Amino acid sequence: MDFLNAIIALLNFVIVPATAYGAQLALGALGVTLIYGILRFSNFAHGDTMAFGTMITILATWGLQSLGVTAGPLPTALIALPLGIAATAALAVGTDKLVYRFYRQTKAKPVIFVIASIGVMFVMNGIVRFVIGVGDQNFADGTRFLISARDFREVTGLDEGLAIRTTQAITVAVAILAVVALFWFLNKTRTGKSMRAFSDNEDLALLSGINPERVVFITWLIVAALATTAGVLYGLDKSFKPFTYFQLLLPIFAAAIVGGLGNPLGAILGGFLIAYSEIAVTYAFRKVVGYLGPEGWSPEGMLQLLSTDYKFAVSFTILLIVLLFKPTGIMKGKSV
Amino acid sequence: MKKLLLASAAALALASTATAQEIKIGTVVGFTGPLESLAPDMAGGSELAMSEVNASGNFLNGTTVVSVRGDSTCIDAAAATAVAERLITSDGVSGIVGADCSGVTSAMLQNVAVPNGMVMVSPSATSPGLTTVEDNGLFFRTAPSDARQGVVMTEVIMDRGITSVAVTYTNNDYGQGLADSFAAAFEAAGGTVTLVASHEDGRADYSAEVGALAAAGGDALVVAGYVDQGGSGIIRAALDSGAFETFVFPDGMVSSALVENFGTEIDGSFGQHPGTDSEGAAIFETLAAEAGFDGTQPFAKESYDAAALIMLAMQAAGSTAPADYAGKIMDIANAPGTPILPGELGKALELIAAGEDIDYIGASAVELIEPGESAGNYREIEISGGEITTARFR
Repeated sequence: MDFLNAIIALLNFVIVPATAYGAQLALGALGVTLIYGILRFSNFAHGDTMAFGTMITILATWGLQSLGVTAGPLPTALIALPLGIAATAALAVGTDKLVYRFYRQTKAKPVIFVIASIGVMFVMNGIVRFVIGVGDQNFADGTRFLISARDFREVTGLDEGLAIRTTQAITVAVAILAVVALFWFLNKTRTGKSMRAFSDNEDLALLSGINPERVVFITWLIVAALATTAGVLYGLDKSFKPFTYFQLLLPIFAAAIVGGLGNPLGAILGGFLIAYSEIAVTYAFRKVVGYLGPEGWSPEGMLQLLSTDYKFAVSFTILLIVLLFKPTGIMKGKSV
Repeated sequence: MKKLLLASAAALALASTATAQEIKIGTVVGFTGPLESLAPDMAGGSELAMSEVNASGNFLNGTTVVSVRGDSTCIDAAAATAVAERLITSDGVSGIVGADCSGVTSAMLQNVAVPNGMVMVSPSATSPGLTTVEDNGLFFRTAPSDARQGVVMTEVIMDRGITSVAVTYTNNDYGQGLADSFAAAFEAAGGTVTLVASHEDGRADYSAEVGALAAAGGDALVVAGYVDQGGSGIIRAALDSGAFETFVFPDGMVSSALVENFGTEIDGSFGQHPGTDSEGAAIFETLAAEAGFDGTQPFAKESYDAAALIMLAMQAAGSTAPADYAGKIMDIANAPGTPILPGELGKALELIAAGEDIDYIGASAVELIEPGESAGNYREIEISGGEITTARFR
């Protein structure tokens, strides 16, 4: 029995990465769920909105770096983030004026919106690839580790190392800040309340004098901020590549639907649920079980439920199960 | 009288063509496609050998050799087959240098060369599958099979006293072939392979893959991937999580990009890639520079050697018919005999004509093993101080 090493191995390979990934998914899912709650459609362009915001942030980061501006131990991208958010907000609002407003005025069915958003997705996809290329971009700088595996092993004398990257800590911290700010906004401010009213009952909201265009405008601003933040955090923690952002759409949607579409709390819960399942199901528990078993014994097999190649299948499966048994999601959102 | 003169002139002309004959050798590499950046220098290598033979005038009573180029496309088997058809039936080549990529080489060999009894010497096809292909003794290669790299890598690792490794490979023919041959060789040598797992290129994050490898354990991680792709992602994730500190790099990973990405973080890691420090390599690079192409490019040396082997074997057989000279290629390439370096093809032809044995070493230190492929020379590298350093050659 070596309880400590087992816990550390689990922390290092499952809990820490899954928490950071979960925070990124939660921020992404919040954006999707807000659009669904207020504009009443599934925004397929969300992944590429994230990519666009990240791209602007990366370009700004490079600009700052060439001017010699850095954030010391923190990634420079955090300074560039507001610019990315501003540009993405402009793009989102512009897209709304150009595309979605037309369908709102003609009172189009939700499925028309979804298809329009797929069109928007392809356009954004193209813009991002055209500007920054299809390759990997690494823009993380500053101190790489809060605790590195080697230091941890030396300090504690354990066999297993625990690494916490600066970006993982920042991801979680920024995600908490963003969520707190969002909930404060939705629950305490007048605009936030009008948004919730609009989401709950559009006709009643219109009757009580809420300006729908203003609600939509504010929604896009918030969504742009959330998408850019999620994208930049993901890119800092992992790496930026347009195609992986497009692929992120699946776990993000799964998170939003599992939590209950239109329900912000559900989106956060869903994000973490998907992240933990994806990582725990594909993790090989051999070492952890080996530490927990008697001295010198370790299991024959890898104790891995699914090969890592099937990571995306996990989101799909959870999505299917939830849609079959609880179509409104765990936290009671709108049914899909 | 006039008629007589004309007739005798014609007869003379005929007679002279009969003595100073001209033969054709095909040079089939992928001038278009994924290897197009290498193709010009490979063709340059092959044609350098031919012009050297022509300049010496010692080849089969003054016969001259002409190169006929063909585009293998590297990936389109149908196009490569058509090119081989054209070279054999319409151009009438006496031998083919090529093709470059393993897939098209196999297609050309099985669909055209074997049925027509044509000799093919590939400078760069490395798939282990070509070792066992049914070739009627007509196929040779001056590049080593990837299976050979698995054996060399085993020796490199064992020499460092490491007996337990995990293997991750990029999920394609190259990665899988190399990983399989390595795992077989390593286990045969008494080592333990804890896990052989694939990774997909182009992911943002490889921590899950590394998690599985870490759970399997091992003293080192063999990364049979590409440095510009998932290979670097795997190393990054392994370093970050402290899962592995020593890595083994096969040829797809050894590149300046590796030390640019990781610097001193991977000090103590090691690997190997095809390469030689033989005298012939330096001579060839000088000759290539004089001829106006880059002899340091991968497979340019092997291309020179492929063409040289074909012509020397023809000389040894005293015939340009593939059926006659195919059997001579192995004799020419291996000891015993006078060693032959690049630039000495004229001398080699003379020696053969005089009935002496030669041992063709050439630009890539050719040593052919059964069934007609290069034993391979590898450069063992080690990362120290954030630089790739040469440990030794094997």
